[in-house]
Amino acid sequence: MDASGLPGATLLTYSRPGPAKLQHAGTFFFARRVTVAPARPNNPQSTLKPAEETLRPLLLLGLEGDRAAYASFLAQAAAHLRAYVRRRLTRWPDDVEDVMQEALLAIHNHRDTWRRTEPLMPWLHAIARYKLIDALRARSMHEAMLLPLDDESEDALADADPHAGEARRDVRVLLETLPDRFRVPIECVKLEGLSVAETTQRTGMSASAVKVGVHRGLRLLARRLRESPR
Amino acid sequence: MNTDALVEALAKGPIAVGPRAVERRLGAALAGGATLATLAMLAALGLRPDLHAALREPMFWAKLAYPLVLSLAAACATTVLARPAGRARRAAAASCAVAAAMVLAALGILAIAPAGGRVALAVGHSALACVVAVAALSLPVFALAVVALRRCAPTRLRSAGAAAGLLAGATAAAVYAWHCDETALPFLGLWYTLGMVMPAAIGAVLGPRLLRWA
Repeated sequence: MDASGLPGATLLTYSRPGPAKLQHAGTFFFARRVTVAPARPNNPQSTLKPAEETLRPLLLLGLEGDRAAYASFLAQAAAHLRAYVRRRLTRWPDDVEDVMQEALLAIHNHRDTWRRTEPLMPWLHAIARYKLIDALRARSMHEAMLLPLDDESEDALADADPHAGEARRDVRVLLETLPDRFRVPIECVKLEGLSVAETTQRTGMSASAVKVGVHRGLRLLARRLRESPR
Repeated sequence: MNTDALVEALAKGPIAVGPRAVERRLGAALAGGATLATLAMLAALGLRPDLHAALREPMFWAKLAYPLVLSLAAACATTVLARPAGRARRAAAASCAVAAAMVLAALGILAIAPAGGRVALAVGHSALACVVAVAALSLPVFALAVVALRRCAPTRLRSAGAAAGLLAGATAAAVYAWHCDETALPFLGLWYTLGMVMPAAIGAVLGPRLLRWA
């Protein structure tokens, strides 16, 4: 069923014109069958079955006490879980490795809850999802008050107003009244259009300090704008 | 810690495990809890005085069989829900069907009973005592089952809590049947059911909080 080695061959077979109708139909059918579900390495659906086939025998040996097989199981499970977590934790890419390790540790600690007659991957994914939800809950509680500041929304903010150049002059005055920890990130990110990473490099502030500074600074700025006489 | 080091460290410790760890943990919890509940029943309530004669009545065995069937279904459900990704739809459906059939039978008998005797038939002389006793006797099994489940890895915490609650309630009802001297089927259908459903509902409410494992 694994078609990962075949796409090139399939393409050739498919593009070659069939001289006889029957043969063409056969070729076409073969091409269809292989190309309907191409195995892409980053597609979770396509990695599901091979992962089951490689991980399962290793864990079965490991649970009998085979250390080499068990270490190999853990290493390959780690790679699989890393991809699984990364796809779902897009807002916190720095935390992928932590969450993956928590899931791996849970898999090790609770390896006796896997029934050996049942498929392995649903069990593995259920543990990963449980740990992922734990992590998301902890992080969203921590960051619930903060706006997500990814590069896209920053670009959108920076380019939204065609007359931003004019507006900038007025904001400058108020911006000068903000404390440095708010003013500097806003100047870098919002006025000069630097990314958070670039701002971090230039100012030496941490990434979260930059984001928090931008967010709280903008809020403070908005309040002062409302309060300041026109 | 980098992942390679973690893998190496984990593979160094003991790795072999027996195949029936979940069943053993929950079985021990059930046995211990049932023993405690029985001792509590004997100490606080006592066996019914006419037990010897009652052993020949079908009603005594019905009061024992109904909770035991639910206890069996709940035990199956709990061992499945104790594992990641486990779900126990068939056991849940079977439990609901058995309980619903019993309640319907109780209501049917009440419906055809003469109007004057209905209240006596339904409430007997110990309805409140029955519900309270079953709920109280369910505590040991529930507590031990929660401890056992936390050492497993349930991922549907609400369902697992409900299953553990039903296991505890049904076991408690089977224990209480040795004390209870009610003889009417409607009593069994209404109050035993309520006594067993209550711990299950409490288990469902507390499950997400109590069963969170790390």
